[in-house]
Amino acid sequence: MGWGILQIVVFVVLLGLIAKPLGAYMAHVFRNERTFLDPVVRPVEKLTYRLCGVDETREMGVVGYAMSLLVFNLAVLLFMYAILRLQGHLPLNPAHIPDMSPTVAFNTSVSFATNTNWQVYVPESQVSLLSQMLALARENFVSAAVGIAAAVAFIRGLTRHSGKQLGNFWVDMTRSFLYVLLPIAIIGTLVLVSQGVVQNLDGPKHVVTIEGVTQSIAQGPFASQEIIKELGTNGGGSYNANSAHPYENPTPLTNLVEMLAILAIPVALTYTFGRFAGSQRQGWALFAAAMVILLMSVTVMYASEQKGNPILTKLGASQASTATQAGGNMEGKEVRFGIASSILFSTVTTDTSCGAVNNGHDSLTPIAGGTAMLNMALGEVVFGGVGVGIMGLLVNAILAVFIAGLMVGRTPEYLGKKIEGREMKLAVLAVLYFCVTALGFAALAAIVPAGKNAALNPGPHGLSEILYGTISQTGNNGSAFAGLTASGRFWSTIGGFCMMWGRFFFIIPCLALASSLAGKKSVPPSPGTFPTTGPIFVVLLVGVILIVGALTYFPALALGPIVEQFLMNAGKLFG
Amino acid sequence: MRDFIWPAIGNSFVKLDPREVARNPVMFVVEVGSVITTFYLILGLIHTRSDTAFVGAVSGWLWFTLLFANFATAMAEGRGKAQADALRKMRTETFANLVTDEGTTQVPAAQLRKGDIVIVSAGEVIPGDGDVIEGIASVDESAITGESAPVIRESGGDRSAVTGGTKVLSDQIKVRITSDPGETFLDRMIALVEGAQRQKTPNEIALTILLAGLTIIFLIVIVTLQPFAIFSNAPQSATVLIALLVCLIPTTIGGLLSAIGIAGMDRLVRHNVLAMSGRAVEAAGDVDTLLLDKTGTITLGNRQAAEFMPMPGVTEAELADAAQLASLADETPEGRSIVVLAKSYGIRERHIDPESATFIEFSAQTRMSGIDLDGHAIRKGAGDAIIQWVRQRGGEVPPLLEETIENVSLQGGTPLAVASDERVLGVIHLKDIVKGGIRERFDELRAMGIRTVMITGDNPLTAAVIAKEAGVDDFLAEATPEAKMDLIRSEQQQGKLVAMTGDGTNDAPALAQADVGVAMNSGTSAAKEAGNMVDLDSNPTKLIEIVAIGKQLLITRGALTTFSIANDVAKYFAIIPAMFMVSFPQLRTLNVMRLHSPHSAVLSAVIFNAIIIVMLIPLALRGVKYRPWPAARLLRFNLLVYGLGGVIAPFIGIKIIDLILVTFHLTT
Repeated sequence: MGWGILQIVVFVVLLGLIAKPLGAYMAHVFRNERTFLDPVVRPVEKLTYRLCGVDETREMGVVGYAMSLLVFNLAVLLFMYAILRLQGHLPLNPAHIPDMSPTVAFNTSVSFATNTNWQVYVPESQVSLLSQMLALARENFVSAAVGIAAAVAFIRGLTRHSGKQLGNFWVDMTRSFLYVLLPIAIIGTLVLVSQGVVQNLDGPKHVVTIEGVTQSIAQGPFASQEIIKELGTNGGGSYNANSAHPYENPTPLTNLVEMLAILAIPVALTYTFGRFAGSQRQGWALFAAAMVILLMSVTVMYASEQKGNPILTKLGASQASTATQAGGNMEGKEVRFGIASSILFSTVTTDTSCGAVNNGHDSLTPIAGGTAMLNMALGEVVFGGVGVGIMGLLVNAILAVFIAGLMVGRTPEYLGKKIEGREMKLAVLAVLYFCVTALGFAALAAIVPAGKNAALNPGPHGLSEILYGTISQTGNNGSAFAGLTASGRFWSTIGGFCMMWGRFFFIIPCLALASSLAGKKSVPPSPGTFPTTGPIFVVLLVGVILIVGALTYFPALALGPIVEQFLMNAGKLFG
Repeated sequence: MRDFIWPAIGNSFVKLDPREVARNPVMFVVEVGSVITTFYLILGLIHTRSDTAFVGAVSGWLWFTLLFANFATAMAEGRGKAQADALRKMRTETFANLVTDEGTTQVPAAQLRKGDIVIVSAGEVIPGDGDVIEGIASVDESAITGESAPVIRESGGDRSAVTGGTKVLSDQIKVRITSDPGETFLDRMIALVEGAQRQKTPNEIALTILLAGLTIIFLIVIVTLQPFAIFSNAPQSATVLIALLVCLIPTTIGGLLSAIGIAGMDRLVRHNVLAMSGRAVEAAGDVDTLLLDKTGTITLGNRQAAEFMPMPGVTEAELADAAQLASLADETPEGRSIVVLAKSYGIRERHIDPESATFIEFSAQTRMSGIDLDGHAIRKGAGDAIIQWVRQRGGEVPPLLEETIENVSLQGGTPLAVASDERVLGVIHLKDIVKGGIRERFDELRAMGIRTVMITGDNPLTAAVIAKEAGVDDFLAEATPEAKMDLIRSEQQQGKLVAMTGDGTNDAPALAQADVGVAMNSGTSAAKEAGNMVDLDSNPTKLIEIVAIGKQLLITRGALTTFSIANDVAKYFAIIPAMFMVSFPQLRTLNVMRLHSPHSAVLSAVIFNAIIIVMLIPLALRGVKYRPWPAARLLRFNLLVYGLGGVIAPFIGIKIIDLILVTFHLTT
């Protein structure tokens, strides 16, 4: 157990070390200042604008920004859909994979365009190499860049002192791709390849296993796909087993690199925010609040998983951790990762809206599975997805300031800007969509036959599978409780709605909120203003995120994972 | 307080009108829930169901929740209504002596229009708001201000405004009416205290949106819970679901929100301040910069003679004697203070033969005053004026004079030179006296993050000394109305909210520009129109209290919001196990309060939810105690009391109610 805790500590320290340099670099990038990459990248960037006819000095208001974002997403969605539908007739298809069916292609296109990467398809048998590269991996870059662009626009709005402009969508997106995502992805790919992640254009390898059966193992340009899958908090694996597959995540080192890649940009954006706000302490406050919740999740999950299954204990199985065995609940986990690196990955992937998995979440103990679910249900704000995470965190900060801010005897203000009716309306909208879709569609699925029959297990675990499905898709997470068969028409359709609403009904109100705040004068801080830095604010923010989240999902979770845990403790299983 | 309770109870029922409740989304949901449970109660009575008593109890307490919230509002309004009634009595029909081309005619006061001119004589009630355009009179304004001492109202200057309903005690004045009937000060005051014109303030609107948002979220939680419950083979009755919903939505703050707002206005009224809008009260809490007039606010009204500083060869007594002579006819407070100070040199009252003495009055040209007595001319005045006067008479000016004058200035005093014929006798040091305790007030304000700026007509040198002595953060010296305006604008440019007081007509633009402009009731009607508050006591120091009242209002609102939301945690632990314990006995572990039964648990939570509103009414009306602390400390303290307290209190409260229900066999 000592080693497990050490793994967690090392990871957290490394994260803290990444935040500042990457955050400061991104601040330079998005203030359109010179960076050390300029000699190489700037000409490419200029050429891009010239070819696309973008005037990089022109700023957009909320309507322009939002419309560009939506139209662009629609275009890439259609492009992706076309490739998937036609892949059987296109080159780079060594495994002779046929065209994708309309339902699955729709769900997959929406899934990748919304940065969800919910996978109703089996990658090895349903996606050609061209689709992997041109549709999926490319979209992984694009959806991440869109997320960062939205976040940058949002931060600009919050920290500006005049005007209602949010920046230029095309410039923000291009710069996040060229200056941030691409360089890190190139380095990351090389690191992964050095550890044995596959990167080729070959067809599947047919091997005879030690059991004597033939197995065909898909291959392809997967290391490059793997890194952006994490870095962009996309999560869609090249293999069905995702990051549990040895070709995606072969060693403990790649596991560490992948986890760091998932959190790198979301964490660094808190620092970038501090730069924009002109006060680094503002950024660190957000960092601290998210880190506290992350560590809470890790603690609960680690304790629950290491304790293992009481039913097995009763049957005489030892689940104690020793020098030679991990102990605890190892069902659904890879031996090379053990308990700590598995639940750390689970926390990281559900706290952010990544959704890559290195273990089976369906096999987690009920409380750990419920924690993973709650992580997502909090609105993907524990650092959260690339870009959208910090937006969610900031919306929560605004809510926290509004609820408690009056208690210092001033009308609430954040970064010196007054939070009034209009801002409140937009902030409420930006949090409301989540429970509407996540709970609403789960409730629908729980009563219609097509919905509930898709769940593998009856009783509380079945409800957990349903809830996990809608929460994961609404949160644009994309990880799944394996028990749910989501490829049917009902689930593909509500899944598509969840993902689209989860993405755009969040981003659009947020941009409007930013624009509304952008025009406001900001009052310089004084001893009389509400402190949005320091420990009290961190406690408050954590409290608001947890209480509002817990209050919303407690009844549903009580009938799912909570009751399941009690039943398991009492010796009752389902399925 | 007691007198309001009965009418308030009656009004609580009147306010059940759904059209009125609909203004408050939280309470509207409670009302709908009450109606639905009542419907189930009736169904239960018809079909004699076994749980009818439970449904009836829940339904009853839901109605109580609504009534309690209405009662809070009615109580807050009641106080205002009583005040309004008292004011209305003053508006009895009076007659006015209207000046027309043909002379004067008697017309009912209600017929007066803006611009009419009336004559009011001693013993008559002033028929409407207006400005005195001729004459001077003492006026009894006790009806409005509660202050029994009469005040002087005269034409021109800053004391020309009179208010309808007040009474002229002596002399006769000619008044130009400045408001149409129905829009007079008295009318507005009645409307304000009665809450008739009460509109939601910006912060109230934003808070209502948040509360509505939370209500929608919980509505979704409850509506979706039933399908989950059905999936889990544990379907719930509508009564239990509605009970949970009402417990979860923020009824505590939702029920008390308007009472808090009305009570805040009422607190101002009791401080004899009339706010023209609730917006102004909120703005008062947000003020970043206070502009305070030096005279009357920071220093005692007037400068006083503090010291006689003789020139070489002159004794102090000699100087004091001359100074007193020169000031005998000087009726200004400064002049009188010189006479008083001179007495301490043993110079007593003296009688001067008016035949042999000529008093020279102060004029802006000569900038001197004094006396010609027995062939001697004694003068006191500004340094340079006296120097010029002495030189004209061929006298020598001692070199020490200029030095002394400058020293006095450097210390923040006002030097007055005294000369007798061609001899300069010395200098009188007039000093501003800073009010006791004001420094501590400014320290408090600074701790609260509020910057104080002293406004004065003095020169920068004098201003700096007083500013330092009083402990203000900044000062504006040689202030003109334009400079004042510029200062307000530049503060606002930085996003700051500015509060100020003013009384003169030349203050009007600045009062209008300031976010909180408090006009003195003694001031001109232009000033009163421009400001958004009127202080009936005309006490400029009250600005500080106004800020505190604004903050108190906001703190009360925030504290109860936090408390309300924090309450939900305990309610979940009461109701969720109660709902599902039958299907999943293992969930008993979540019943941390060890409540007796599912029915008693749900009922206890609903009763707590209703009773807490009543228990918090005094707090809502009185306001959370205001402490002049920095924001971080206030936040820590209030989070502990209302946040943590809000989490813990219902656990205890619900448990106690459950025990009572069980002890008296009020539940199954």
